[in-house]
Amino acid sequence: MTTQVVDGTAAGTPARGGARRPRGEGRAGRFLARHWYAWAMCAPVVVVTLVLIGYPLVRGVYLSLTDATEANMGRTIGMNTIPSTYEFVGLANYTAIVTSAEFLSRLAWTITWTVVCVALHYGLGLGLAMLLNRPLRLRSLYRMLLVLPWAVPAFVSAFIWRYLLNGEFGVVNAMLRAAGLPGVQWLDDPLWAKASVIAVNVWLGVPFMMLALLGGLQAIPRELYEAAEVDGATPWQRFRHITLPGLRPVSSTVVLLGTIWTFNQFPVIFLVTRGGPGGSSEILVTYAYRQAFEGIRNYSGSAAWGVLILVLLVVMAVVYRRALRRQGEAW
Amino acid sequence: MVSTLTRATGPRTRTHGRGARGPARSAALHATLIAASLVAVFPVAWLVLTSLKPRDAWQSSTVELFNSPSLDNYLQVLTQTAFLRWLFNSLLVAAMTTVLGVVLAATTGYAVSRFRFPGHRSIMWMLLITQMFPVAILIVPIYNLLAGLGLINQFPGLVVAYLTSTVPFCAWMMKGYFDTVPVEIDEAGRVDGLTPFGTFWRLILPLSKPGLAVAAFYSFITAWAEVAYATAFMTGDDKYTLAVGLGQFVGQHKAEWGLLTASSVLIAAPAAVVFLLVQRHLVTGLTAGATKS
Repeated sequence: MTTQVVDGTAAGTPARGGARRPRGEGRAGRFLARHWYAWAMCAPVVVVTLVLIGYPLVRGVYLSLTDATEANMGRTIGMNTIPSTYEFVGLANYTAIVTSAEFLSRLAWTITWTVVCVALHYGLGLGLAMLLNRPLRLRSLYRMLLVLPWAVPAFVSAFIWRYLLNGEFGVVNAMLRAAGLPGVQWLDDPLWAKASVIAVNVWLGVPFMMLALLGGLQAIPRELYEAAEVDGATPWQRFRHITLPGLRPVSSTVVLLGTIWTFNQFPVIFLVTRGGPGGSSEILVTYAYRQAFEGIRNYSGSAAWGVLILVLLVVMAVVYRRALRRQGEAW
Repeated sequence: MVSTLTRATGPRTRTHGRGARGPARSAALHATLIAASLVAVFPVAWLVLTSLKPRDAWQSSTVELFNSPSLDNYLQVLTQTAFLRWLFNSLLVAAMTTVLGVVLAATTGYAVSRFRFPGHRSIMWMLLITQMFPVAILIVPIYNLLAGLGLINQFPGLVVAYLTSTVPFCAWMMKGYFDTVPVEIDEAGRVDGLTPFGTFWRLILPLSKPGLAVAAFYSFITAWAEVAYATAFMTGDDKYTLAVGLGQFVGQHKAEWGLLTASSVLIAAPAAVVFLLVQRHLVTGLTAGATKS
């Protein structure tokens, strides 16, 4: 990656475009001349990010410190403008959330959900990738079939699974009954509902991991395996000391992305169980969403949940990046 | 390329012994892959089968693959429901998101890939962290922002909301792609007197069409399949996108699984075909920054 770097002023700064380039003699001028191309090229995204994410973020953090709900939020009805009457309440929302039993149970379930899903994604994905990384007949056919769950839009898959797992008419229960077993209330029993959403999310997420890791496996130089074989390394030793370290760069990226995606996974839970039964399969994100858009809209409470979720994720990402850097890998 | 690589690495990742794989091990390998493929394909296959059954056949509690197959559900979806309206809405929103997102993301991806400048690391972090933003924290402020601008229940409002999630990711992915374009091409452009913008526009972009295509595809799919923003922002059913509209078939009081499955097939089939064509590039784009050392 570092080999690709081109210095902003490399080999004779271009003649064109010089018009807007400050001709300052001082250090500041040279500094500007050197980097303004890069900054100008980043400007659109930075502006969009600041306006569309930065402003809402700041506003969201502010809302989380107030008692704003649908009832006291300013709004315009026809010609009449009703001013906002919500007040600043400091950290009251946060203390209320953190001390509530709801928070701990939602957090515990969200973490369980994320860890189990990512572990299964990675484990199954790696297993399938290693199977596909062998000389094999019908390899591309298997590959295409296995990728199918990723190819179907997630909301469609969520609806499919809701039907398959339907207690009364679902095909899963029908097959169980045909085999002489009692049907299971997949979506109506708290524990089974959790197992079901995990299963659905694993079904959805494995193909991505599989493809990413397959790419990683194919990038490992085969000389390493040859040398290890000559030295009499067992298959397990080869896996442990060549495959796993060779996959590290890919693994670190996909595990981070997978964790973030799973933590924020909205459609699966929202559409498959609707958070039910009785809110038992609700993860932090869907819970915060319901606060904001169902019943009397609790804007401040939802924003506070959102801030907490974001803090959790940022802390996780920083810790993760730092751990990687300690092992000598960073950008 | 993939097949030759695999042929080369394959024998060495085998778990046992040397030489050819025994027939028993071959059988086990194929059995595992067939089982996995069945799990992957079954729900989709069942969806297609259900959509071909009569409208109320989903309520049967026996397992049957076929039940007087017909295209009635499809006909019903296309003529009796707002499906085509929702399809048009989804296409419109997804197309606008794609065009805007890719244009915005490409220049940033290039700058982050090629230049080291003050703020480089901050921008990389920004691109990563904005991908973590939970819907929950942004949705209310964006809702208020859009309400203030009168954009609730308007397509541009939804596009704006989608850009918050597609732009950072596309920029990240484009960076990975630009990293694979040899830097000598930039240097040649400079020697010929092109500005960095000229180099980017005339040399790098034309070479990066596959990368651009993947970013475009990603944006399109994200907008196509998004649920949370669309549910919250689109209040009139003439403005629903497919993801919201489909939920109407299986609401609180009715369950039209026949119609739902037929429309699901109509939505998923084109998406899946395009997806299977580009998926390899999608993964490469995602992990490109990481696989190069």
